[in-house]
Amino acid sequence: MQVTSSVREPLITGGKTLKDVTHDISRQVEGKPSMLWLLALLVSVGALGLGFIALAATLWEGIGMWGLNKTIGWAWDITNFVWWVGIGHAGTLISAVLLLFRQKWRMAINRAAEAMTIFAVICAAMFPIIHMGRPWLGAYWALPLPNTFGSLWVNFNSPLLWDVFAISTYFSVSLVFWYIALIPDFATIRDRATGLRKTIYSALAFGWDGAAKTWSRFETVSLILAGLATPLVLSVHTIVSFDFATSVIPGWHTTIFPPYFVAGAIFSGFAMVLTLMIVTRKVFKLEDYITIGHIELMNIVIIITGSIVGIAYITEFFIAWYSGVAAEQYAFVNRAFGPYWWAYWSMMTCNVISPQLFWIKKIRTSIVLTFILSLIVNIGMWFERFVIIVTSLHRDFLPSSWAMFYPTWADVGVYLFTFGLFFTLFFLFAKFFPVINMFEIKSIIKSSSTKESK
Amino acid sequence: MKENKKTYWKGLEELTNDPEFVKNAEREFPEAPSVLGGEEGSSRRDFLKLMGFSLAAASLAACEAPVRKAIPYVNKPVDINPSIPNYYASTFASGGDYASIVVKTREGRPIKIDGNDLSPINGKGVSAIVEASVLSLYDKQRLTGPYINGEKADWSSLDSEVKSKLASAGTVKIVTNTVLSPSTQKALDLFAESFGGAEIITYDPVSNYGIRKAAETSYGVQGLPTYHFDKANVIVSFGADFLGTWISPIEYARQYGKGRKISKESPTMSRHFQFESNLSLTGANADYRTPVKPSQSGLAVLALYNAIAKKAGAASASGAAVEVAHLDQAANELWANRGKSIVVSGSNDPNVQIVINAINDLLNNNGATVDFSRPSYFRKGDDDKMNKFVADLKAGRVGGVVFYNCNPVYDFARGEEIEEGIAKAKVSVATNGSMDETASKVQYIAPDHHYLESWNDFNPRSGEYSLSQPTISPLFDTRQAQDSFLAWAGDDSNYYDFLQDNWRTSLFENQSETSDFQEFWDRSLYNGVYSVNSESSSVSGDLDISSAATAIGRTYKADNPGTELAIYTKVGIGSGAFSNNPWLQEMSDPISKATWDNYLTVSQKWAKDNGVKMVEGATKKAKITIGDKSLTVPVLVQPGQADGTVGLALGYGRTKSGRVADGVGVNAYALLDASKGFTNYDITEGVTVEITSDSYKIAQTQTHQTYMGREFVIQEATLADYKEDASAGRYKPQIYKEGEFMKPSKVSLWKGHKYSQHHWGLAIDMNSCIGCGACTVACQVENNVAVVGKQEVLNRREMAWIRIDRYYSSPEGSSSNSELERAADNPEVTFQPMMCQHCNNAPCETVCPVAATTHSSEGLNQMTYNRCIGTRYCANNCPYKVRRFNWFKYHDNKDFSAVNVAQNDDLGKMVLNPDVTVRARGVIEKCSMCVQRIQSGKLTAKREARKVKDGEINTACATACPTDAIVFGDMNDPNSKITEMLKIEENTTSALKEVNEERAYHVLEEINVSPNVWYFTKIRNKEKTEA
Repeated sequence: MQVTSSVREPLITGGKTLKDVTHDISRQVEGKPSMLWLLALLVSVGALGLGFIALAATLWEGIGMWGLNKTIGWAWDITNFVWWVGIGHAGTLISAVLLLFRQKWRMAINRAAEAMTIFAVICAAMFPIIHMGRPWLGAYWALPLPNTFGSLWVNFNSPLLWDVFAISTYFSVSLVFWYIALIPDFATIRDRATGLRKTIYSALAFGWDGAAKTWSRFETVSLILAGLATPLVLSVHTIVSFDFATSVIPGWHTTIFPPYFVAGAIFSGFAMVLTLMIVTRKVFKLEDYITIGHIELMNIVIIITGSIVGIAYITEFFIAWYSGVAAEQYAFVNRAFGPYWWAYWSMMTCNVISPQLFWIKKIRTSIVLTFILSLIVNIGMWFERFVIIVTSLHRDFLPSSWAMFYPTWADVGVYLFTFGLFFTLFFLFAKFFPVINMFEIKSIIKSSSTKESK
Repeated sequence: MKENKKTYWKGLEELTNDPEFVKNAEREFPEAPSVLGGEEGSSRRDFLKLMGFSLAAASLAACEAPVRKAIPYVNKPVDINPSIPNYYASTFASGGDYASIVVKTREGRPIKIDGNDLSPINGKGVSAIVEASVLSLYDKQRLTGPYINGEKADWSSLDSEVKSKLASAGTVKIVTNTVLSPSTQKALDLFAESFGGAEIITYDPVSNYGIRKAAETSYGVQGLPTYHFDKANVIVSFGADFLGTWISPIEYARQYGKGRKISKESPTMSRHFQFESNLSLTGANADYRTPVKPSQSGLAVLALYNAIAKKAGAASASGAAVEVAHLDQAANELWANRGKSIVVSGSNDPNVQIVINAINDLLNNNGATVDFSRPSYFRKGDDDKMNKFVADLKAGRVGGVVFYNCNPVYDFARGEEIEEGIAKAKVSVATNGSMDETASKVQYIAPDHHYLESWNDFNPRSGEYSLSQPTISPLFDTRQAQDSFLAWAGDDSNYYDFLQDNWRTSLFENQSETSDFQEFWDRSLYNGVYSVNSESSSVSGDLDISSAATAIGRTYKADNPGTELAIYTKVGIGSGAFSNNPWLQEMSDPISKATWDNYLTVSQKWAKDNGVKMVEGATKKAKITIGDKSLTVPVLVQPGQADGTVGLALGYGRTKSGRVADGVGVNAYALLDASKGFTNYDITEGVTVEITSDSYKIAQTQTHQTYMGREFVIQEATLADYKEDASAGRYKPQIYKEGEFMKPSKVSLWKGHKYSQHHWGLAIDMNSCIGCGACTVACQVENNVAVVGKQEVLNRREMAWIRIDRYYSSPEGSSSNSELERAADNPEVTFQPMMCQHCNNAPCETVCPVAATTHSSEGLNQMTYNRCIGTRYCANNCPYKVRRFNWFKYHDNKDFSAVNVAQNDDLGKMVLNPDVTVRARGVIEKCSMCVQRIQSGKLTAKREARKVKDGEINTACATACPTDAIVFGDMNDPNSKITEMLKIEENTTSALKEVNEERAYHVLEEINVSPNVWYFTKIRNKEKTEA
């Protein structure tokens, strides 16, 4: 039962009817691809191809293709990994947590946000595998599989192993959750389609019949999956942060990491959702579905999480001073004033200062400024991981081993590869899958079948 | 029990004895699957199927590792047992550089060199060069046979041509480096005699002619004095790098180490003053080091003489006054320790050395610490004669010239002139083992064996003899040079017999221990060394220094305004004779921590004035000009460099050494000054240094110079403080828990290990460690550590399992981070050998996702290469940063074949230690505490049904150390040396040992990773520091 207050601003504007919704969303799937879409896909595939050269060189020659060294064993690889995982968080948060909290505004964006989660997790999951010296073995040796090596088991003490479990769980739950929600919409498209398309979408729709019982089961499954996905929002990045928090390296060995990483993940994830949605609504003319209201709400989430992250940064400094541990104190002073000061201050500017601009209503309701700031936040969050990983490692306990990290073309190339992969998948999704959750949207439009006069 | 016997049937068929069953009863499978044939014969389909299968099988089989041939012995040679090493005593000698050694061979291949403990000279210690020389044996760039005019030839035609041509050549001259071998000398003399009394000219690439000449002038002694640094309470050195490169550094380091050992029971150690311009390894170890310009060094020596003479009531000499810090203090302490002190100088100026002799005489050191009665022969070079030879050669007055294993075109100051001159000689011959700068200019090359393939004897010091013996049959068609000389002299005996004959007549007949020569010979060969006892005494002589002082007054100036160049040798490369050895090229220089290069060392002030700032090895090049010669060299900012001076190392800039060394660095020999009758390494006039705009990168293994005042890393104290409190300088972190402060080891997440058998550990005395780096090369040889080349060192990816961290002190009173990052202009230096600490609470072990690194039941942190998937998490989490990753495939990879010879070249691979895996790409490696040696030692003990004896097992680093700074042992053994050193009181099997030695500490104690490696505080013999 849907009760809508007459004084509350509608979530979907333009007085859309049920038919309009079906038509507006399905149009993208059914129509010929636009030039703009083709161009965007071409650029993405190009990036994928170019990046592949770097990836292939790394796999063929060895990790030495990257700029890592004896002191800095992780840099762009794990920075990218954490960054992509973090981005993924927004999708789950929007679809699962907001579903449980009955935030209706999520409906317009959850489909795309979830797709983004899945693609981001694919990109992220690539790094733990390719950063290994021997990925052809590590890819399955890191799993607790029965084997013929005797009683050889994985090391359950290792946070990297926890990562394996966390990421794989997260990916499978997200994928199932996302796909289940797609089924009714695939059915809608199937019903409108003919020929080969009908065959394909029939298969994708899993024989959806729209019966009341089907819907009821559907709702139940969605709720269960939302319940399963909710703890994952917190656990995945908590476990990722354990990679650092359980170590002995000053700057890593920090108990604040779990909440701080989760907040950072949501922060960057929302920024990425914004980046993508602003483009999608423009290209696919979905301004009535993804409204300024949506954008404003997401910007508010960004202010909150950005502020949490900012407080975490300051707390780290305070604790370093308060601990009285010389190496710890040096690690933090070195972040701000050492050779990597520029990375630190880029992070501070992008993550702490820039989101505060959203306190101003004009800025948080401006599409252009939101778009720019969302990019800045993503840059800042990349730097945050870089700062944590590289500046902590490059000057740890023994000054004799202090070193600098200089990225190589292969580092950049592999990062480009993940961008190519992400956007290729996203554009394919945007063209062939319904980007907005039609059946859910239909539950929140004001009128049912007749056009409302403005 | 017959009635109980039952018969079981497998089925009804068997019971009924079915004929079909009986037919197939013996066959496991009733019907063999038929591939070809069958009732209808083979069909075309079957044929295609089979062909497809064969093709697939063949391609699959091709993916397997290639077949490598292993040829078994038909008749097993005596003494060669697979996997059992054999050890042979032998001797390393190159020019005058000498070490008595023990060669380890496996399956007939020499693979490792250790010092010979029986040697009274170097003992069990070795140097980096000696350690690495085993790889030179397998150098493919050695000559594989004789050459005539650049063409390969055979020995008989070479012999006949050389003999006939030399006979008609006129004046024949033989050029050689120091010949330590009496038998070789005899063979050379025979050869010289047969060609009209040919003159034998000896020179040394790194000349100590000044000392020889001064010994002759002062005492009439032919040779260098024998020094006893261990008997000296006060050591004063003017630019002599006696721990690193000067004359017999292993011996001196060994002696010096004895004088630096300190304990609560005997809190005494020698005090060491060093006055020098470049920061040398010796200067880095000094208690008081004063930077002095080369132009002042002679005056400083004179000033010391005058100060001592004043106390002794002797006549003083006139000389310009110079202001040299700590010189008066040195004089006072020398005087207080008469007969127990030593003064040495690295100068090659005979006049300076005469004054040094006079100082030692005044101090009664003559006969006590400086012994002329038993002279050493490490340097026999005569610069004067050599210069005359060059003039003769240039003028075409030399008809025939023979170079005996020397390379003067490269390593003599006037190499270019020699190069021109060789063409003017009618006949030119060389016995050099490689096509080097000199050999490539001569007509006849009769390549000598590598020393590990040769017989020889040595007489490094009056009364001390040693032998070398072949440890492998010659790899190439080379011939021992002595055999060549004998052949050319018309003597057909072979050198082995010649050598034995010589020993029979000269040594055997003068001893009374045995009457059987074979026994005498076998024993000497087995021991490697033979000593004739003799007493040392003081030698009196003419010690009038007035003329020397006048000469010094003329040459040296108290205020030279110009830039001065001090040319030195590096510990790893030395004269450059072994520079084609990648182990030495990649060895991190003890002071600069640079590899694969030489460079102009400049002071911090000069760098500031010229706007040079070194960041991560990135620097500028400078052009150094002396007269008409100029070189463009990268600049390295060197704290401790005397203002107004620059330093440049010899041994680089080879052009015909081989693919490893060619083109590495610049040749500084060309800058040496030969105009004074001796080779002068200090160029004080006409030197200009201009900075250029060219950028350059020097590959350093350590780029951060100071330890940032981190007491949890380096703990040091002065001797005065130590005497008052044995735990002086110790940093003792306390952890607060439940209302009280306690040692970090009392608070732990871990349950801890129990070691019921052994508990291996290392104790490292930072007071004895002189930083020479012999251990680093020893480790590289023992553990098949890859060489990665300059670019990869620049990428900070060297593979060393043990490194020596070298820290400079920050300027006094530094407190902020930016101040602490700077090194003082004349810093105190600390060396800290750093390897895997084998932590009992190892951070690496907990983070590995696949448990590839685990703890052993004997306290070792183990690395299982097979299991490693290369996440590098362990390396990141290692607080000591000792884990190394195989970024590339370093073996069998053409990208690394030029530098990583030992793992790429079929011949080079013969040096690999078969007990240690060559690591694959993508895995982590690190110090294993030589687990292969531990296992083999335990096996030997087990086979002999006894316990492992202390000292029986030793790591490669500890074995190589000339000063015993690294001690390995079982901390569970109450009688082991390590237990005694650490004063482990009650022996428990717990991983956590109660260590009572006040000086012993763990690096990074506060994080309680509980290492099995203990460090001993560095104690400087300085007056108590104020504050």
